[in-house]
Amino acid sequence: MEEEKKNILSEELPEETSAAEDLHGENLNDRVRVLSPGMMVAKRFFRSKLSIVGLVMLIALFLFSFVGPVFSKWADGGDPVKDTENVKEIVLPSRIDYVTEDGEKVVAYDITVEIPDWNRRGDISAEHWLGTDDSGYDLFTNLMLGGRISLTIGFVVVILEALIGVILGGIAGYFGGWVDQVIMRIVDILSCIPTIPIMLILSATLTSLGILDISRLYYMMIVLTLFGWTGIARLVRGQILSLREQEFMLAAKCSGLSTYRKIFKHLIPNVMPQLIVSMTMGLGSIILTEATLGYLGLGAPLGTPTWGAMISAASKLEYLSGYPNFWVPPGICITLAILAFNFVGDGLRDAFDPKMKR
Amino acid sequence: MLKYCIKRILLSLLILLGVSLILYVLVRLMPADYLLDKAISSVGSTGGDVQARYEELKAYYGLDGNIIQGYWDWLTKFLSGDFGTSFKYNRPVEDVIFENMGVSFGISLVALVLELIIAIPLGIKCACNQYGKLDYTVTVITMIGISFPTFFLGSIVIKIFAIDLGWFEVGGLQSNLPVGASDWTQFTDMLWHLVLPMFTLVVLSIGSWMRYTRTNTLEVLNADYIRTARAKGLSENSVVYKHVFRNTLIPLVTVLAGTLPSLFGGAMITETVFDIPGIGNIAYNAMRAGDIPFIMGYNMFIAVLTVIGILLTDIMYAVVDPRVKLA
Repeated sequence: MEEEKKNILSEELPEETSAAEDLHGENLNDRVRVLSPGMMVAKRFFRSKLSIVGLVMLIALFLFSFVGPVFSKWADGGDPVKDTENVKEIVLPSRIDYVTEDGEKVVAYDITVEIPDWNRRGDISAEHWLGTDDSGYDLFTNLMLGGRISLTIGFVVVILEALIGVILGGIAGYFGGWVDQVIMRIVDILSCIPTIPIMLILSATLTSLGILDISRLYYMMIVLTLFGWTGIARLVRGQILSLREQEFMLAAKCSGLSTYRKIFKHLIPNVMPQLIVSMTMGLGSIILTEATLGYLGLGAPLGTPTWGAMISAASKLEYLSGYPNFWVPPGICITLAILAFNFVGDGLRDAFDPKMKR
Repeated sequence: MLKYCIKRILLSLLILLGVSLILYVLVRLMPADYLLDKAISSVGSTGGDVQARYEELKAYYGLDGNIIQGYWDWLTKFLSGDFGTSFKYNRPVEDVIFENMGVSFGISLVALVLELIIAIPLGIKCACNQYGKLDYTVTVITMIGISFPTFFLGSIVIKIFAIDLGWFEVGGLQSNLPVGASDWTQFTDMLWHLVLPMFTLVVLSIGSWMRYTRTNTLEVLNADYIRTARAKGLSENSVVYKHVFRNTLIPLVTVLAGTLPSLFGGAMITETVFDIPGIGNIAYNAMRAGDIPFIMGYNMFIAVLTVIGILLTDIMYAVVDPRVKLA
């Protein structure tokens, strides 16, 4: 941090001295380069190599997921397209051992040749960079389309969590007393309930209600939000508790500002840095949850590609050993996404608060 | 202190009550397909009225009345130590939990010890050479470790070491040993099965321990008493290993108390991936089957552990560090 102070000084000082020399009729502000707090954060952020790596990874993943399918032959807008052209015969030999009347052992093979209507479990080729899945969809295109859904789920859930968390945490921290007690006890209760069992219950309920289409994902997002906002609420409450004792809040009170203004114009902006960091890290963990649920076969409806749903192939021994092209790429994408969000979150934390040690 | 503890324990009981209420309502919303299947299969052999048998089973498990009555019945039973009878395993839930806890506890404990042995020295080393080469390398590696999903790392490890190289078994806890195998052979066989799951667990959680140690060491290094120690002319070794090390352990000990649920509750995903018959795997299968008594019992067990963990963390904080006063 020492180094940085010097940097800022060295940028400002020479200009200032020259400005003092010939200031005739000129505005000082035109000559001196002032760094706004936002610019300083950006400067510190881009100084760290890891944050740049994280940011580049994120941009790459977003381009891959949202722009990539446009160039793919096997995607029609947001829907994957079946490959019905490159059909290959599937040979299913089955061995039959029997003993003839003469006592001779004979090994016979019954060979069934099946010709499916589509390119089933196609090999890696120039046309299908990662092969095709059981239903003849291109795995590489599915990976891109899956990224769309997985990343969107992450963003929607994090934004909803932040909304609920900021409002309830803000109310609890600002008003204190019994309001605080009630809200924080709810937070305690919700954070004691493990996520996976809840999602298992939800999944069973949705299946029995016959909800098997894309709306499953919406229910999933709602439940993830309902049980996930507690962390942000705790963070916001803690920050507000310490902020409201500070002088600028006393000044706000003396100016006769309304409660609404005090909370949303003076307290919340001061919580933003920590909130943004925690949301960035939260994005990674929601993508992880979605993937975990997908692996357990609880997430997206059948036929909807998400990274989680694609990696569920790894839970079957047949794919685990024989078709790594089914589950390794989505796994790498999930890991990269979480890693990128962690790197960026870490970088942002350092950038927002230079005094805070890493 | 005593007053604080009593207050916290009472609050914890309130939290547990809330947790149980939410869980019960959610569980009751779940379709009771499992009972219907059970009724059909039990009637199928003898011939009889499926509907009557279904109602009978529902009454037996206390699911026939309305939710409030059911919750009250469950709560009174739970408080007297009766967790109910599992649909799937046909035995008292508490027996199933305690019988299968051993394996999970063993794995988690060994993994935790390994994690601490590796993570604490590394964390302190990194903090002492902040922004050094070692620091950067270790930070990046641990970040990658944190970001790896459990099932993905588990699958890769199985694919490489068990399927391709054939060094380990794909899953389970025992291989087909000859009938008269000695206890020792059985034990080493089990350990051999546990190498991969433990490796996965250690790799995944070592990063967070290391980061935590590092942050705390950095904080301690800036403290006044460390400057005093240096000013006295103590050697760097004695400063780091006597003064810094001990003070770094304070927050670590408190966080250690928070690992209680993961120690006893089993690692659900890891156990499922490696097909280890621990409590996590048992619970997962029961939940998939819609085993209402088991879901309630297991989740309450986890909730109790979590609450105790949080309570212990706060109390330990005051016990270990005399500067902290609880109010």
